[in-house]
Parts: sequence; structure tokens; C-alpha cells
Amino acid sequence: MILRLAFGSLMARALTVSMTVLAIALSVALFLGVEKVRTGAKASFADTISGTDLIVGARSGSVQLLLYSVFRIGNATNNVSWESYRDIADRPEVDWIVPISLGDSHRQFRVMGTTQAFFEHYKYRGGRSLEIGDGHGLDDLYDAVIGAEVAATLGYAVGDPIVVSHGLASFTHHDDQPFRVAGIVDRTGTPVDRTVIVSLEAIEAIHVDWQSGAQIPGQSTPVEQIRQMDLSPSAVTAALVGVKSRLQIFGLQRWINTYPEEPLLAVLPGVALQELWQIVGVAETALIGVSAMVVVTALLGMMAMIFSSLNERRREMAIWRAMGARPATILGLLVLEAGLMAALGALLGLTLLYTGLALAQQVVDSAFGLWLPIARPTGRELATLAGVIVAAALVSLFPALRAYRLSLSDGMMVRI
Amino acid sequence: MADPALTLQDVRFRWPGRASFGMSVPEFRLDRGESVLLLGESGSGKSTLLSLVCGIVTADAGRVDLAGTDLATLRAGARDRFRAERVGVIFQQFNLLPYASVSDNILLPLKFAPERRKRAGPDDAARLCTALGLPGDIIQAKAGRLSVGQQQRVAVARALIGQPPLIVADEPTSALDAATQDAFLGLLFDQIAAAGSSLLMVSHDERLGARFDRVVHLADIASVERQAA
Repeated sequence: MILRLAFGSLMARALTVSMTVLAIALSVALFLGVEKVRTGAKASFADTISGTDLIVGARSGSVQLLLYSVFRIGNATNNVSWESYRDIADRPEVDWIVPISLGDSHRQFRVMGTTQAFFEHYKYRGGRSLEIGDGHGLDDLYDAVIGAEVAATLGYAVGDPIVVSHGLASFTHHDDQPFRVAGIVDRTGTPVDRTVIVSLEAIEAIHVDWQSGAQIPGQSTPVEQIRQMDLSPSAVTAALVGVKSRLQIFGLQRWINTYPEEPLLAVLPGVALQELWQIVGVAETALIGVSAMVVVTALLGMMAMIFSSLNERRREMAIWRAMGARPATILGLLVLEAGLMAALGALLGLTLLYTGLALAQQVVDSAFGLWLPIARPTGRELATLAGVIVAAALVSLFPALRAYRLSLSDGMMVRI
Repeated sequence: MADPALTLQDVRFRWPGRASFGMSVPEFRLDRGESVLLLGESGSGKSTLLSLVCGIVTADAGRVDLAGTDLATLRAGARDRFRAERVGVIFQQFNLLPYASVSDNILLPLKFAPERRKRAGPDDAARLCTALGLPGDIIQAKAGRLSVGQQQRVAVARALIGQPPLIVADEPTSALDAATQDAFLGLLFDQIAAAGSSLLMVSHDERLGARFDRVVHLADIASVERQAA
């Protein structure tokens, strides 16, 4: 009955109560949403590379190597010479190796030179392989396979010509050697979606007439002649390596890191990701802190609302007292109301969150390559909701204590 | 002489934090089953006296005995429970929780009074409503939707449920017009007689006196001191 009366009292003040509940709901949805995006982004990053044991590049930092080789963020400080690459490939522990050559671009998208092995060994999201849904792989020297987002953004279809630009954000184009879209990779939610993939030989071919990053003036070797040339690369940017036995990973890593001919770096993708999280952790904490402050603000708003309602409810309190309610009952009643409001807010917030997720899932995936899974609330999220309700009850103690004192001093004197 | 339902003896009281208002009652007695009209102008200390009688505040000196129990000997919580068990209260107006149903309003005091709850039958709320001339289906209606006259009658039903020995009423008719006042008092007296309760009503309206066993002027039993603030 007390619960029913508390609920009835809330319903009687539906407008202010619903505003308060809405504020709590929005803050809860924001808090949980930030948490979802954070864990989703983490999972998405972690899902980007799977099944690769080592990433090898020129010696720099492990996070930098991970970022430029897998996420196409930033640039390599140096290349890995083809001889070193062959030395690693010839190691007995190596099961497979995929070269990656970066440096050119097409519009806003990066061009990556690699081999057919990339399509066989690159895995994402727990071991899924790339699927070329439209067209075929790299058969001809001037074939390009593009990611789903490249195709969608630039409106490319199989058979369309593509001109690769030299460097990134560059005005010099390799327009003497146009490529052709041979295939489009199905959407993966990884940086592959935003990559133009060509063969390693093609990267060599478009740079035949180039030296030290600039075209040799007046020189333009005909395409037919280039096709006859030996297009073995002199260097690659990085390599993805799979070993035969996981036990050999550290041995091979040590061998590469102490390779005497050239300063190289081999990192385990998982370990490099961990380092990345440590760096991102500060920003994450700040983000959580800000959204937690929003929840606190909503709860303070609720407290202000209860405070301001106290005066108009003194009559009600006097009735409760005259009926035999103890001041403690009045205090409990106000705390119960706050708990109810917070519980309603938490439920509505959860509903908002899932509605928002359902609506935004596709958009966020295509715009940011970020897949936000719709799953049951985790224990941590439920604990957060419970925390909000408890915090609301605690915050409401302040106005409730004031009501307690008012009901002691008012007696039956209230004449409103 | 009948047992007293209520006695006040050498009572002195001053509101905590409000030093300007003080009241003293040398002696007052209300017998069991008796009805007394206490007349006083507004500001004469009627509400303070009722607060003392109900045990919402305690006297600084003297005794307030309710059915033979000195209220000052009870702790605050026990006093609240004692009030719920022994006293039915009717205010001037706005007696009810407007958002609650008539039934919840009537049954509310029983929530805090287990003995009264035992005395009240399951259909007592509906029975009292009918006896007080309220429509039968009113029991589930929201209290805030009723007319003022209906609300006052629901307040009577709430005061009478579980037959508390003392009914305290604070100008319950002042919000009603003359014709309704008379009908209301008739119903109130009938039901109080049926329940065997005593009635202490305060009012400024002398015309109500005819129905009561006794009419007492507050100024005759209590002295109020005021200091200019």
C-alpha cells in the first residue's frame, strides 16, 4: 500500500516527475552508450587482426608498427629490404608470410601492395576470411581489389578504371598506368574496407620511371615493356607472419629483433594492442568521467526537484503524521519515491540505449567501421544501473531529512 | 463519573524555535463518549492544543493523559503509534491524499495501527461510506476528484475506521455551506455514537454548539502568551 501511494504521488506530479525521469534516463543512456562504444571500439580493434602471429616492420615502436601496418594510421619510418623479407620468409618456423607495401593513395584511400597470400591469411573477427563478393582477385598486373567503403564512397563497380596517386594527399598521379577494379571485398568492419589492394609487382611497375620519390623527367616506359620487366620489389613496408607452432613465436620474434643486417621489429599484435589500450586508457577514463558527471547532474536535478516540491507537500506530510506515520516513515517515503524515479529512469535509459543501438548500428558500422553488438546487459551494466538507483536514494536523503524536520516542527499546523 | 477519555493537567507548551508563542492549560477533561465543542478565534491556540492532544508535540510541563496514558512517558515512535491506535483526526479541509483512492485514504491509519486494523472488518470502509451517504462506487475513485463535501465525509470515515476512542476534528465544517454543514454534522454524530467514540471539535462557529454535550471557550481553559517578535 505504501508503495502504491508513493507511486500514486509520483503520478500526481507526472510532468515534473517525467522530466526528472527523462533526465536520469538520458544520462543513464549516455553513460551506458559511452561504455558500449568504448567496449565496441576495443572489440572492433581487437577483431581487426586475427590469426596473425607476428607483425614485422622497420624498427620503430610496437604501437606505431601496429597502427600503420594494420590500421593504416600514420606512416612507416623506414622499409624492410626485400633481402631481409626473404630471410624471414625462409626461416623454418614461418608457416606463411604476407608482404605489405604502403605509401601510395587513391583519393582519400590508401593503396596497399601485397600478394594473393593476403587474401588467404588475413583474418578478422575471430578467424573470418576476406570474401570478394563482386569480381575476382588480383589476376592481372593492373588489377585492383577495393574495399566495400571505397566502392560505396566513390561509386566504383567492377571494371572501372582507377588511377593511383603518388604518396598520400598528393597531386602527382600515376596516370600513365591506370588500374582496373577487378573485385570488391565484402564489408568487414576493418580498415580493409577503406583500402585499395594491388599486387606488390604493380607497386614496382608504377614506380619504374621514378627515382627518390619523383618522376624522372621525360622518361615514360611503355606499359608493354613494363610487363616484360622483372618487377621484384626492392623493399616492403611490413609483413604479417604466421608460424607453424605457437611455441615458436617468441624464438622467431627474438631472431627478427636481433637481425644483424637491418634494424627490424617484430611484435605480437595482441601485445601491441595492449600497449595501445594503455595509451588510450587516459582518454577512456576522461570519457567515462564526463558521462558519470552527467549522471550525477541528473541526480542533483532530481534532488532539487524533491526539495522544491517539499513546500507544496507539507500538507500531505501533515496528513501522514496525523494518521500515525512516524517522521521516519516520511523520510522513507521520499527516499522510496527517489528510488522509484531512478529505477524508472534506469529502465527508460536502458530502453533508449537499445533503441538507439538498433537504429544506429548500421549507420555507425558503415560510417566508422565500428560494429556495436546488441547483447543482453552485462553484469557491469546492471551494476551501474543498481548504482544509479542507490545513488538516487542517497542523494534524496538530503531533502528527506528536511522533510523529516519539517514534519516534526509543523505538527498539525499547516494551513495551506 | 465516567472514565476520562482525555485529561490535561497544568500543561505548559512553547513551540521549539518559535519562542514568541506559548500556551498553558491548567485543566481540561473530556469524558468517554462525550462530545465537546471548543470555541476559539483563529490564533487562539486551537491547533496547538490539538497537536498536544494528538501527541504530535509534547508538553514542556504537566500531563496530557489519553485514555489513561501520559503521552510524555511514551517515546516519539510509540506516541505516533498510540495516536494511530487511539485518535481519529479530521482536518478543516484538504484532509485526503488527492492521488490515492478513497479506499486507500480510509485505510491509511490502519497501516500504522495494528489493533485498530484488527477491529476493522474487511468491508468497514465501504460500510462507513454508505452510512455517510456517499455513493457505493466511490470507494475506488481518486480522492482528488471528489467534491469538498464528499472529501470531508471520506475524512470522517477515515477517522472512524477501527473505532478509535477519540475523534479530534479541527473546524471540519468551515469549508462547507450552511445546509451541508448541518447534514454533515448529523452524519458525524450518528457515526460517532455508533462507534462509541468521544469527540473533541474545535471551531470558531458558536452556532454548531446545539448538538454537543458541552461547549467550552478556549479562553476559559487555556491562556496564551504572545511576545512581539
